[in-house]
Amino acid sequence: MTNFTVEAIELTRLYGGRAAVSNVSFNLSKGEVLGFLGPNGAGKSTTMKMLTGNLAPSNGSVKICGIDMIENPKEAKALIGYLPEMRPLYKEFTVDEYLTMAARLHRVSAKHIKPAVERAKARCGLSHMSKRLIENLSNGYQQRVGIAQAIIHSPMVIILDEPTVGLDPIQIRDIRALIRELGQEHSVIISTHILPEVEMVCDHVQIIDKGVLVFNGSIDVLKNQRVGNKLLIGLKNPPSVADMLGIAGVIEAEMLPSGLMRVRFAEGATPAEAIVQASVQNGWGLHQIAPDQTSLEDVFVQLTYQEQPIVAE
Amino acid sequence: MIFNIARKELKSMFASPMGWVILSLLMFAFGTYYLNGVNDYFAVMSGSMRPAERTGVTQFVGQTVYGFASFMVLFAVPLLSMRLIAEERRSQTLPFLFSAPASLTEIVIGKFLGLVLFLSILVVYIGLMLSTLNIWADIDFGFLVANSIGLLFMIASFSALGLYFSSMTQQPVVAAILTFIALFALMFLDRFFAGDPSNTLASLSLTRHFQTFANGLIDSADITYFSLFIVTFLTLTVRRLDADRLRG
Repeated sequence: MTNFTVEAIELTRLYGGRAAVSNVSFNLSKGEVLGFLGPNGAGKSTTMKMLTGNLAPSNGSVKICGIDMIENPKEAKALIGYLPEMRPLYKEFTVDEYLTMAARLHRVSAKHIKPAVERAKARCGLSHMSKRLIENLSNGYQQRVGIAQAIIHSPMVIILDEPTVGLDPIQIRDIRALIRELGQEHSVIISTHILPEVEMVCDHVQIIDKGVLVFNGSIDVLKNQRVGNKLLIGLKNPPSVADMLGIAGVIEAEMLPSGLMRVRFAEGATPAEAIVQASVQNGWGLHQIAPDQTSLEDVFVQLTYQEQPIVAE
Repeated sequence: MIFNIARKELKSMFASPMGWVILSLLMFAFGTYYLNGVNDYFAVMSGSMRPAERTGVTQFVGQTVYGFASFMVLFAVPLLSMRLIAEERRSQTLPFLFSAPASLTEIVIGKFLGLVLFLSILVVYIGLMLSTLNIWADIDFGFLVANSIGLLFMIASFSALGLYFSSMTQQPVVAAILTFIALFALMFLDRFFAGDPSNTLASLSLTRHFQTFANGLIDSADITYFSLFIVTFLTLTVRRLDADRLRG
Protein backbone atom coordinates (compact mmCIF):
# COMPACT_ATOMS: atom_id res chain seq x y z
CA MET A 1 0.00 0.00 0.00
CA THR A 2 1.22 3.43 -0.85
CA ASN A 3 0.45 6.53 1.13
CA PHE A 4 -0.51 8.58 -1.86
CA THR A 5 -4.09 9.77 -1.96
CA VAL A 6 -3.94 10.67 -5.63
CA GLU A 7 -1.75 9.03 -8.21
CA ALA A 8 -1.97 10.14 -11.79
CA ILE A 9 0.05 7.95 -14.08
CA GLU A 10 0.87 9.18 -17.57
CA LEU A 11 -2.53 10.71 -18.12
CA THR A 12 -3.19 11.48 -21.75
CA ARG A 13 -6.32 12.78 -23.37
CA LEU A 14 -6.73 13.15 -27.07
CA TYR A 15 -9.46 15.17 -28.72
CA GLY A 16 -9.61 14.09 -32.34
CA GLY A 17 -5.89 13.48 -32.56
CA ARG A 18 -4.91 16.67 -30.72
CA ALA A 19 -3.56 16.04 -27.26
CA ALA A 20 -5.32 18.23 -24.68
CA VAL A 21 -3.28 16.62 -21.93
CA SER A 22 -0.27 14.46 -22.52
CA ASN A 23 1.69 12.28 -20.12
CA VAL A 24 0.80 14.08 -16.93
CA SER A 25 2.02 12.14 -13.91
CA PHE A 26 2.02 13.21 -10.29
CA ASN A 27 1.38 12.02 -6.77
CA LEU A 28 -0.26 13.71 -3.86
CA SER A 29 -0.04 12.72 -0.20
CA LYS A 30 -2.51 13.23 2.60
CA GLY A 31 -2.56 16.71 4.04
CA GLU A 32 -1.15 18.44 0.98
CA VAL A 33 -2.64 21.21 -1.10
CA LEU A 34 -1.73 21.06 -4.75
CA GLY A 35 -2.12 24.10 -6.95
CA PHE A 36 -2.70 23.59 -10.61
CA LEU A 37 -1.58 26.53 -12.65
CA GLY A 38 -1.74 27.17 -16.33
CA PRO A 39 -2.91 29.60 -18.97
CA ASN A 40 -6.37 29.23 -20.48
CA GLY A 41 -6.84 26.05 -22.44
CA ALA A 42 -3.75 24.44 -20.96
CA GLY A 43 -5.60 21.32 -19.88
CA LYS A 44 -6.25 22.03 -16.20
CA SER A 45 -9.96 21.27 -16.33
CA THR A 46 -9.44 18.27 -18.60
CA THR A 47 -6.97 16.80 -16.10
CA MET A 48 -9.40 17.39 -13.26
CA LYS A 49 -12.24 15.75 -15.18
CA MET A 50 -10.06 12.70 -15.67
CA LEU A 51 -9.09 12.62 -12.00
CA THR A 52 -12.74 12.60 -10.99
CA GLY A 53 -13.85 10.04 -13.55
CA ASN A 54 -15.96 12.47 -15.55
CA LEU A 55 -13.80 11.88 -18.58
CA ALA A 56 -12.08 8.68 -19.58
CA PRO A 57 -8.36 9.14 -20.22
CA SER A 58 -7.14 8.07 -23.65
CA ASN A 59 -4.14 6.59 -21.92
CA GLY A 60 -2.78 6.29 -18.42
CA SER A 61 -4.59 5.75 -15.16
CA VAL A 62 -5.78 7.44 -12.00
CA LYS A 63 -5.63 5.90 -8.55
CA ILE A 64 -7.41 7.39 -5.58
CA CYS A 65 -6.01 5.98 -2.32
CA GLY A 66 -4.77 3.02 -4.33
CA ILE A 67 -8.17 2.37 -5.97
CA ASP A 68 -8.15 2.46 -9.74
CA MET A 69 -10.67 4.92 -11.18
CA ILE A 70 -11.31 2.86 -14.29
CA GLU A 71 -11.62 -0.54 -12.65
CA ASN A 72 -13.55 0.48 -9.54
CA PRO A 73 -15.13 3.81 -10.37
CA LYS A 74 -17.73 3.68 -7.62
CA GLU A 75 -15.28 3.05 -4.80
CA ALA A 76 -12.86 5.62 -6.15
CA LYS A 77 -15.53 8.28 -6.67
CA ALA A 78 -16.77 7.80 -3.12
CA LEU A 79 -13.41 9.19 -1.93
CA ILE A 80 -13.58 12.36 -4.02
CA GLY A 81 -15.37 15.64 -3.65
CA TYR A 82 -15.43 17.61 -6.87
CA LEU A 83 -16.44 21.12 -7.76
CA PRO A 84 -16.33 21.52 -11.55
CA GLU A 85 -15.65 24.78 -13.28
CA MET A 86 -19.35 25.25 -13.93
CA ARG A 87 -21.09 24.83 -10.61
CA PRO A 88 -23.45 21.86 -10.82
CA LEU A 89 -26.27 23.46 -8.85
CA TYR A 90 -29.93 22.57 -9.16
CA LYS A 91 -31.31 26.04 -8.87
CA GLU A 92 -34.88 25.02 -8.10
CA PHE A 93 -33.84 23.63 -4.70
CA THR A 94 -33.05 25.34 -1.44
CA VAL A 95 -29.56 25.12 0.01
CA ASP A 96 -30.66 22.54 2.57
CA GLU A 97 -32.48 20.39 0.03
CA TYR A 98 -29.56 20.48 -2.34
CA LEU A 99 -26.96 19.60 0.26
CA THR A 100 -29.13 16.80 1.68
CA MET A 101 -29.40 15.38 -1.81
CA ALA A 102 -25.64 15.64 -2.29
CA ALA A 103 -25.06 13.85 1.00
CA ARG A 104 -27.44 11.06 0.03
CA LEU A 105 -25.85 10.62 -3.37
CA HIS A 106 -22.45 10.36 -1.71
CA ARG A 107 -23.66 7.58 0.53
CA VAL A 108 -23.75 9.47 3.79
CA SER A 109 -25.84 7.21 6.03
CA ALA A 110 -29.30 8.46 6.91
CA LYS A 111 -28.58 9.42 10.50
CA HIS A 112 -25.42 11.33 9.58
CA ILE A 113 -26.98 13.42 6.85
CA LYS A 114 -28.24 16.23 9.03
CA PRO A 115 -24.98 16.78 10.95
CA ALA A 116 -23.04 16.56 7.67
CA VAL A 117 -25.21 19.23 6.06
CA GLU A 118 -24.91 21.47 9.12
CA ARG A 119 -21.14 21.08 9.22
CA ALA A 120 -20.69 21.81 5.53
CA LYS A 121 -22.90 24.88 5.83
CA ALA A 122 -21.01 26.16 8.87
CA ARG A 123 -17.68 25.67 7.14
CA CYS A 124 -18.72 27.57 4.06
CA GLY A 125 -20.58 30.31 5.94
CA LEU A 126 -23.98 29.30 4.61
CA SER A 127 -25.84 28.69 7.86
CA HIS A 128 -28.11 31.71 7.47
CA MET A 129 -28.96 30.79 3.86
CA SER A 130 -30.43 27.34 4.60
CA LYS A 131 -33.95 28.02 3.37
CA ARG A 132 -33.07 30.18 0.40
CA LEU A 133 -33.50 28.95 -3.14
CA ILE A 134 -30.11 28.52 -4.78
CA GLU A 135 -31.41 30.47 -7.76
CA ASN A 136 -31.80 33.57 -5.59
CA LEU A 137 -28.33 33.46 -4.08
CA SER A 138 -25.57 35.76 -5.27
CA ASN A 139 -22.74 34.42 -7.35
CA GLY A 140 -20.41 34.19 -4.38
CA TYR A 141 -22.89 32.30 -2.26
CA GLN A 142 -23.61 29.91 -5.10
CA GLN A 143 -19.89 29.23 -5.26
CA ARG A 144 -19.94 28.45 -1.54
CA VAL A 145 -22.80 26.01 -2.05
CA GLY A 146 -20.66 24.40 -4.75
CA ILE A 147 -17.80 23.99 -2.32
CA ALA A 148 -20.13 22.76 0.44
CA GLN A 149 -21.41 20.04 -1.90
CA ALA A 150 -17.85 18.91 -2.56
CA ILE A 151 -16.90 18.56 1.11
CA ILE A 152 -20.19 17.22 2.47
CA HIS A 153 -19.06 13.60 2.76
CA SER A 154 -15.58 14.53 4.13
CA PRO A 155 -13.83 12.93 1.18
CA MET A 156 -10.15 12.01 1.22
CA VAL A 157 -9.51 14.09 -1.86
CA ILE A 158 -11.13 17.41 -2.66
CA ILE A 159 -10.82 18.72 -6.19
CA LEU A 160 -11.86 22.32 -6.79
CA ASP A 161 -11.73 23.80 -10.26
CA GLU A 162 -11.15 27.54 -9.95
CA PRO A 163 -12.86 27.88 -6.57
CA THR A 164 -12.37 31.63 -6.16
CA VAL A 165 -13.72 32.79 -9.49
CA GLY A 166 -16.39 35.44 -9.16
CA LEU A 167 -15.96 36.08 -5.46
CA ASP A 168 -15.34 39.40 -3.74
CA PRO A 169 -11.99 39.92 -1.96
CA ILE A 170 -13.37 39.11 1.48
CA GLN A 171 -15.03 35.92 0.27
CA ILE A 172 -11.82 34.98 -1.51
CA ARG A 173 -9.96 35.32 1.78
CA ASP A 174 -12.54 33.14 3.54
CA ILE A 175 -12.38 30.49 0.85
CA ARG A 176 -8.60 30.46 0.91
CA ALA A 177 -8.66 30.03 4.68
CA LEU A 178 -11.17 27.21 4.22
CA ILE A 179 -8.96 25.51 1.63
CA ARG A 180 -5.97 25.72 3.96
CA GLU A 181 -8.06 24.27 6.76
CA LEU A 182 -9.32 21.46 4.53
CA GLY A 183 -5.76 20.82 3.43
CA GLN A 184 -4.82 19.75 6.93
CA GLU A 185 -6.98 16.63 7.01
CA HIS A 186 -7.70 16.01 3.35
CA SER A 187 -5.76 16.26 0.14
CA VAL A 188 -6.84 19.23 -1.90
CA ILE A 189 -6.25 20.00 -5.55
CA ILE A 190 -7.20 23.44 -6.77
CA SER A 191 -6.78 24.95 -10.16
CA THR A 192 -6.44 28.64 -10.66
CA HIS A 193 -4.77 31.27 -12.74
CA ILE A 194 -4.42 33.69 -9.87
CA LEU A 195 -0.75 33.35 -8.97
CA PRO A 196 -0.61 34.90 -5.48
CA GLU A 197 -3.38 32.51 -4.51
CA VAL A 198 -1.13 29.56 -5.18
CA GLU A 199 1.59 31.08 -3.06
CA MET A 200 -0.81 31.64 -0.18
CA VAL A 201 -2.64 28.35 -0.20
CA CYS A 202 -0.63 25.58 -1.77
CA ASP A 203 2.23 23.33 -0.66
CA HIS A 204 2.84 21.99 -4.11
CA VAL A 205 2.57 23.61 -7.47
CA GLN A 206 2.18 22.21 -10.91
CA ILE A 207 2.31 24.36 -13.95
CA ILE A 208 0.75 22.91 -17.04
CA ASP A 209 1.02 24.39 -20.47
CA LYS A 210 -0.40 23.05 -23.72
CA GLY A 211 -1.19 19.79 -21.98
CA VAL A 212 2.34 19.20 -20.74
CA LEU A 213 3.53 19.50 -17.17
CA VAL A 214 6.28 22.16 -17.24
CA PHE A 215 6.85 22.45 -13.51
CA ASN A 216 6.15 20.11 -10.67
CA GLY A 217 7.53 20.81 -7.26
CA SER A 218 7.09 22.37 -3.87
CA ILE A 219 6.07 25.99 -3.60
CA ASP A 220 9.46 26.89 -2.06
CA VAL A 221 11.26 26.01 -5.26
CA LEU A 222 9.07 28.45 -7.09
CA LYS A 223 9.60 31.11 -4.43
CA ASN A 224 13.38 30.72 -4.58
CA GLN A 225 13.27 31.04 -8.27
CA ARG A 226 11.62 34.40 -8.03
CA VAL A 227 13.98 35.89 -5.41
CA GLY A 228 16.86 36.29 -7.79
CA ASN A 229 20.38 37.59 -7.35
CA LYS A 230 19.63 41.17 -8.21
CA LEU A 231 19.53 44.41 -6.27
CA LEU A 232 17.69 47.55 -7.17
CA ILE A 233 19.56 50.64 -6.01
CA GLY A 234 18.44 54.24 -6.02
CA LEU A 235 21.22 56.85 -6.01
CA LYS A 236 21.06 60.65 -6.17
CA ASN A 237 24.47 61.00 -7.84
CA PRO A 238 24.89 57.71 -9.59
CA PRO A 239 28.43 56.70 -10.47
CA SER A 240 29.37 55.20 -13.80
CA VAL A 241 28.63 51.57 -14.44
CA ALA A 242 32.35 50.82 -14.33
CA ASP A 243 32.61 52.19 -10.78
CA MET A 244 29.82 49.91 -9.68
CA LEU A 245 31.44 46.90 -11.31
CA GLY A 246 34.52 47.64 -9.19
CA ILE A 247 32.71 46.56 -6.05
CA ALA A 248 33.48 42.97 -5.10
CA GLY A 249 30.78 40.50 -6.09
CA VAL A 250 29.02 42.70 -8.64
CA ILE A 251 29.08 41.16 -12.09
CA GLU A 252 26.64 43.29 -13.96
CA ALA A 253 25.16 46.74 -13.55
CA GLU A 254 22.80 48.77 -15.66
CA MET A 255 20.97 52.06 -15.39
CA LEU A 256 17.24 51.74 -15.68
CA PRO A 257 15.15 54.42 -17.38
CA SER A 258 13.51 55.10 -14.02
CA GLY A 259 16.83 56.39 -12.64
CA LEU A 260 17.37 53.31 -10.52
CA MET A 261 20.32 51.04 -11.01
CA ARG A 262 19.97 47.27 -11.28
CA VAL A 263 22.96 45.28 -10.07
CA ARG A 264 23.41 41.57 -10.56
CA PHE A 265 25.78 39.81 -8.23
CA ALA A 266 27.52 36.46 -8.30
CA GLU A 267 25.85 33.46 -6.74
CA GLY A 268 26.52 33.44 -3.00
CA ALA A 269 27.96 36.97 -2.87
CA THR A 270 26.32 39.62 -0.67
CA PRO A 271 27.53 42.93 -2.03
CA ALA A 272 24.81 45.03 -0.40
CA GLU A 273 26.97 46.16 2.49
CA ALA A 274 29.89 46.99 0.22
CA ILE A 275 27.63 49.01 -2.02
CA VAL A 276 26.29 51.01 0.92
CA GLN A 277 29.81 51.71 2.16
CA ALA A 278 31.01 52.77 -1.26
CA SER A 279 28.01 55.02 -1.58
CA VAL A 280 28.75 56.72 1.73
CA GLN A 281 32.43 57.18 0.90
CA ASN A 282 31.86 58.59 -2.57
CA GLY A 283 28.74 60.58 -1.78
CA TRP A 284 26.50 58.78 -4.27
CA GLY A 285 23.46 59.73 -2.21
CA LEU A 286 21.88 56.31 -1.60
CA HIS A 287 18.19 56.53 -0.94
CA GLN A 288 16.95 53.06 -1.77
CA ILE A 289 18.26 49.52 -1.87
CA ALA A 290 16.13 46.46 -2.26
CA PRO A 291 16.28 42.98 -3.74
CA ASP A 292 14.86 42.98 -7.24
CA GLN A 293 12.21 40.27 -7.19
CA THR A 294 10.98 38.83 -10.36
CA SER A 295 7.26 38.67 -9.93
CA LEU A 296 5.57 35.31 -9.87
CA GLU A 297 4.07 36.33 -13.19
CA ASP A 298 7.52 36.51 -14.73
CA VAL A 299 8.40 33.07 -13.43
CA PHE A 300 5.14 31.77 -14.77
CA VAL A 301 5.71 33.34 -18.16
CA GLN A 302 9.26 32.02 -18.23
CA LEU A 303 8.07 28.53 -17.45
CA THR A 304 5.20 28.44 -19.84
CA TYR A 305 7.26 29.78 -22.71
CA GLN A 306 10.19 27.52 -22.02
CA GLU A 307 10.82 24.45 -24.12
CA GLN A 308 12.62 22.29 -21.56
CA PRO A 309 10.60 21.10 -18.60
CA ILE A 310 12.00 21.83 -15.17
CA VAL A 311 11.53 18.99 -12.75
CA ALA A 312 12.31 19.81 -9.18
CA GLU A 313 13.04 17.36 -6.37
CA MET B 1 -28.51 4.63 -5.09
CA ILE B 2 -31.15 4.16 -7.80
CA PHE B 3 -33.73 5.13 -5.24
CA ASN B 4 -31.82 8.28 -4.27
CA ILE B 5 -31.62 9.43 -7.86
CA ALA B 6 -35.31 8.67 -8.45
CA ARG B 7 -36.08 10.68 -5.33
CA LYS B 8 -34.08 13.62 -6.63
CA GLU B 9 -35.95 13.50 -9.95
CA LEU B 10 -39.33 13.34 -8.23
CA LYS B 11 -38.37 16.26 -6.05
CA SER B 12 -37.27 18.37 -8.96
CA MET B 13 -40.45 17.52 -10.84
CA PHE B 14 -42.54 18.78 -7.96
CA ALA B 15 -40.26 21.80 -7.57
CA SER B 16 -41.15 23.08 -11.04
CA PRO B 17 -44.57 24.34 -12.07
CA MET B 18 -44.46 22.09 -15.13
CA GLY B 19 -45.07 18.94 -13.11
CA TRP B 20 -48.02 20.40 -11.21
CA VAL B 21 -49.58 21.94 -14.31
CA ILE B 22 -49.42 18.69 -16.26
CA LEU B 23 -50.77 16.64 -13.36
CA SER B 24 -53.66 18.96 -12.70
CA LEU B 25 -54.61 19.42 -16.35
CA LEU B 26 -54.55 15.70 -17.00
CA MET B 27 -56.58 14.95 -13.89
CA PHE B 28 -59.11 17.54 -14.91
CA ALA B 29 -59.36 16.00 -18.36
CA PHE B 30 -59.71 12.46 -16.99
CA GLY B 31 -62.35 13.61 -14.52
CA THR B 32 -64.35 15.17 -17.33
CA TYR B 33 -64.10 12.03 -19.42
CA TYR B 34 -65.20 9.96 -16.47
CA LEU B 35 -68.28 12.10 -15.91
CA ASN B 36 -69.14 12.07 -19.60
CA GLY B 37 -68.60 8.34 -19.69
CA VAL B 38 -71.09 7.76 -16.89
CA ASN B 39 -73.66 10.06 -18.55
CA ASP B 40 -73.19 8.44 -21.93
CA TYR B 41 -73.56 5.02 -20.38
CA PHE B 42 -77.11 5.73 -19.33
CA ALA B 43 -77.92 7.39 -22.64
CA VAL B 44 -76.54 4.51 -24.70
CA MET B 45 -77.82 1.67 -22.54
CA SER B 46 -81.35 3.02 -22.33
CA GLY B 47 -81.30 2.87 -26.15
CA SER B 48 -79.98 -0.67 -26.44
CA MET B 49 -82.85 -3.04 -25.89
CA ARG B 50 -81.32 -6.39 -26.77
CA PRO B 51 -79.06 -7.98 -24.12
CA ALA B 52 -76.29 -8.56 -26.70
CA GLU B 53 -75.91 -4.82 -27.16
CA ARG B 54 -75.40 -4.22 -23.48
CA THR B 55 -71.95 -3.89 -21.91
CA GLY B 56 -70.98 -3.50 -18.28
CA VAL B 57 -70.45 -0.08 -16.79
CA THR B 58 -66.80 -0.84 -15.98
CA GLN B 59 -65.99 -1.68 -19.54
CA PHE B 60 -67.93 1.21 -21.00
CA VAL B 61 -66.56 3.95 -18.73
CA GLY B 62 -63.17 2.25 -18.35
CA GLN B 63 -62.56 2.08 -22.05
CA THR B 64 -63.45 5.73 -22.49
CA VAL B 65 -61.13 6.89 -19.73
CA TYR B 66 -58.19 4.52 -20.36
CA GLY B 67 -58.38 5.03 -24.11
CA PHE B 68 -58.20 8.74 -23.58
CA ALA B 69 -55.44 8.40 -20.98
CA SER B 70 -53.21 6.33 -23.26
CA PHE B 71 -53.60 9.07 -25.84
CA MET B 72 -52.99 11.95 -23.43
CA VAL B 73 -49.71 10.56 -22.08
CA LEU B 74 -48.43 10.94 -25.62
CA PHE B 75 -48.37 14.67 -24.90
CA ALA B 76 -47.48 14.53 -21.22
CA VAL B 77 -44.43 12.27 -21.36
CA PRO B 78 -42.37 14.30 -23.86
CA LEU B 79 -43.00 17.46 -21.83
CA LEU B 80 -41.75 15.80 -18.67
CA SER B 81 -39.03 13.56 -20.07
CA MET B 82 -37.36 16.29 -22.12
CA ARG B 83 -35.79 17.83 -19.04
CA LEU B 84 -34.32 14.66 -17.57
CA ILE B 85 -30.93 14.77 -19.23
CA ALA B 86 -31.03 17.59 -21.79
CA GLU B 87 -31.68 20.19 -19.11
CA GLU B 88 -28.89 18.85 -16.92
CA ARG B 89 -26.58 18.93 -19.86
CA ARG B 90 -27.49 22.50 -20.68
CA SER B 91 -27.06 23.76 -17.14
CA GLN B 92 -23.93 21.60 -16.75
CA THR B 93 -25.14 19.76 -13.70
CA LEU B 94 -24.35 16.28 -15.01
CA PRO B 95 -20.91 16.21 -13.32
CA PHE B 96 -22.79 16.29 -10.02
CA LEU B 97 -24.23 12.86 -10.81
CA PHE B 98 -21.18 11.55 -12.63
CA SER B 99 -18.86 12.35 -9.72
CA ALA B 100 -21.13 10.62 -7.24
CA PRO B 101 -20.40 6.99 -6.48
CA ALA B 102 -23.11 5.73 -8.83
CA SER B 103 -22.79 3.86 -12.10
CA LEU B 104 -24.30 5.20 -15.29
CA THR B 105 -26.85 2.39 -15.24
CA GLU B 106 -27.95 3.44 -11.77
CA ILE B 107 -28.25 7.05 -12.86
CA VAL B 108 -30.32 6.18 -15.93
CA ILE B 109 -32.60 3.74 -14.12
CA GLY B 110 -32.98 6.24 -11.29
CA LYS B 111 -34.08 8.97 -13.65
CA PHE B 112 -36.40 6.60 -15.48
CA LEU B 113 -37.98 5.41 -12.24
CA GLY B 114 -38.39 8.98 -11.04
CA LEU B 115 -40.46 9.86 -14.09
CA VAL B 116 -42.48 6.63 -14.03
CA LEU B 117 -43.25 7.07 -10.33
CA PHE B 118 -44.39 10.62 -11.00
CA LEU B 119 -46.72 9.53 -13.81
CA SER B 120 -47.98 6.52 -11.89
CA ILE B 121 -49.75 9.06 -9.69
CA LEU B 122 -52.08 9.42 -12.67
CA VAL B 123 -52.57 5.67 -12.98
CA VAL B 124 -53.42 5.40 -9.29
CA TYR B 125 -55.72 8.38 -9.57
CA ILE B 126 -57.62 6.95 -12.54
CA GLY B 127 -57.91 3.60 -10.77
CA LEU B 128 -59.34 5.24 -7.67
CA MET B 129 -61.69 7.40 -9.69
CA LEU B 130 -63.14 4.43 -11.54
CA SER B 131 -63.39 2.42 -8.31
CA THR B 132 -65.90 4.97 -7.04
CA LEU B 133 -68.34 3.38 -9.52
CA ASN B 134 -68.44 0.50 -7.08
CA ILE B 135 -70.60 2.61 -4.78
CA TRP B 136 -73.52 2.31 -7.21
CA ALA B 137 -72.61 -0.72 -9.27
CA ASP B 138 -70.81 -4.00 -8.91
CA ILE B 139 -67.72 -3.33 -11.00
CA ASP B 140 -65.12 -5.61 -12.54
CA PHE B 141 -61.88 -4.88 -10.66
CA GLY B 142 -59.93 -7.32 -12.84
CA PHE B 143 -60.65 -5.11 -15.82
CA LEU B 144 -59.36 -2.07 -13.95
CA VAL B 145 -56.19 -3.87 -12.85
CA ALA B 146 -55.42 -5.05 -16.40
CA ASN B 147 -55.96 -1.55 -17.76
CA SER B 148 -53.85 0.04 -15.04
CA ILE B 149 -50.99 -2.36 -15.71
CA GLY B 150 -51.29 -1.68 -19.43
CA LEU B 151 -51.28 2.08 -18.91
CA LEU B 152 -48.29 1.81 -16.61
CA PHE B 153 -46.35 -0.18 -19.21
CA MET B 154 -47.33 2.35 -21.82
CA ILE B 155 -46.09 5.21 -19.65
CA ALA B 156 -42.88 3.37 -18.84
CA SER B 157 -42.16 2.69 -22.52
CA PHE B 158 -42.85 6.31 -23.42
CA SER B 159 -40.57 7.46 -20.61
CA ALA B 160 -37.72 5.18 -21.69
CA LEU B 161 -37.93 6.55 -25.22
CA GLY B 162 -38.20 10.11 -23.94
CA LEU B 163 -35.17 9.60 -21.71
CA TYR B 164 -33.15 8.37 -24.68
CA PHE B 165 -34.03 11.37 -26.83
CA SER B 166 -33.29 13.63 -23.89
CA SER B 167 -29.81 12.16 -23.64
CA MET B 168 -29.09 12.95 -27.27
CA THR B 169 -29.38 16.71 -27.16
CA GLN B 170 -28.72 19.78 -25.07
CA GLN B 171 -32.03 21.40 -25.96
CA PRO B 172 -35.01 20.11 -23.99
CA VAL B 173 -37.40 21.37 -26.64
CA VAL B 174 -35.65 19.42 -29.36
CA ALA B 175 -35.84 16.33 -27.16
CA ALA B 176 -39.56 16.89 -26.62
CA ILE B 177 -40.29 17.26 -30.32
CA LEU B 178 -38.23 14.21 -31.28
CA THR B 179 -39.89 12.15 -28.56
CA PHE B 180 -43.32 13.26 -29.63
CA ILE B 181 -42.73 12.42 -33.28
CA ALA B 182 -41.23 9.03 -32.46
CA LEU B 183 -44.04 8.15 -30.07
CA PHE B 184 -46.69 9.35 -32.46
CA ALA B 185 -45.25 7.18 -35.20
CA LEU B 186 -44.97 4.17 -32.92
CA MET B 187 -48.50 4.56 -31.61
CA PHE B 188 -50.17 4.85 -34.97
CA LEU B 189 -47.96 2.49 -36.85
CA ASP B 190 -50.76 -0.06 -37.04
CA ARG B 191 -53.03 2.50 -38.70
CA PHE B 192 -50.63 2.74 -41.62
CA PHE B 193 -50.87 -1.00 -42.07
CA ALA B 194 -54.61 -1.17 -41.52
CA GLY B 195 -55.04 -3.12 -44.75
CA ASP B 196 -52.51 -5.74 -43.71
CA PRO B 197 -52.82 -6.36 -39.97
CA SER B 198 -50.42 -9.31 -40.03
CA ASN B 199 -47.52 -7.10 -41.16
CA THR B 200 -44.47 -7.34 -38.88
CA LEU B 201 -44.07 -3.58 -38.70
CA ALA B 202 -47.64 -3.18 -37.56
CA SER B 203 -46.98 -5.38 -34.56
CA LEU B 204 -44.35 -2.92 -33.41
CA SER B 205 -47.15 -0.48 -32.70
CA LEU B 206 -47.48 0.40 -29.03
CA THR B 207 -51.25 0.87 -29.32
CA ARG B 208 -51.74 -2.64 -30.58
CA HIS B 209 -50.00 -4.06 -27.53
CA PHE B 210 -51.95 -1.78 -25.25
CA GLN B 211 -55.14 -3.03 -26.85
CA THR B 212 -55.00 -6.44 -25.15
CA PHE B 213 -54.69 -4.77 -21.76
CA ALA B 214 -57.55 -2.45 -22.71
CA ASN B 215 -59.72 -5.50 -23.29
CA GLY B 216 -58.89 -6.73 -19.80
CA LEU B 217 -56.31 -9.31 -20.82
CA ILE B 218 -52.85 -9.58 -19.31
CA ASP B 219 -50.84 -11.23 -22.06
CA SER B 220 -47.22 -12.21 -21.37
CA ALA B 221 -46.33 -11.51 -25.02
CA ASP B 222 -47.33 -7.86 -24.61
CA ILE B 223 -45.55 -7.60 -21.27
CA THR B 224 -42.44 -8.95 -22.96
CA TYR B 225 -42.79 -6.47 -25.79
CA PHE B 226 -43.06 -3.51 -23.43
CA SER B 227 -40.22 -4.78 -21.24
CA LEU B 228 -37.92 -5.23 -24.21
CA PHE B 229 -38.85 -1.79 -25.47
CA ILE B 230 -37.97 -0.25 -22.10
CA VAL B 231 -34.71 -2.20 -21.69
CA THR B 232 -33.63 -1.32 -25.22
CA PHE B 233 -34.03 2.40 -24.79
CA LEU B 234 -32.53 2.47 -21.30
CA THR B 235 -29.50 0.58 -22.61
CA LEU B 236 -29.17 3.02 -25.49
CA THR B 237 -29.30 5.90 -23.01
CA VAL B 238 -26.55 4.38 -20.88
CA ARG B 239 -24.44 3.92 -23.97
CA ARG B 240 -25.08 7.49 -25.06
CA LEU B 241 -23.95 8.83 -21.69
CA ASP B 242 -20.95 6.54 -21.70
CA ALA B 243 -19.97 7.99 -25.06
CA ASP B 244 -19.95 11.41 -23.39
CA ARG B 245 -17.43 10.17 -20.88
CA LEU B 246 -15.29 8.49 -23.49
CA ARG B 247 -15.38 11.10 -26.22
CA GLY B 248 -15.89 14.14 -24.06
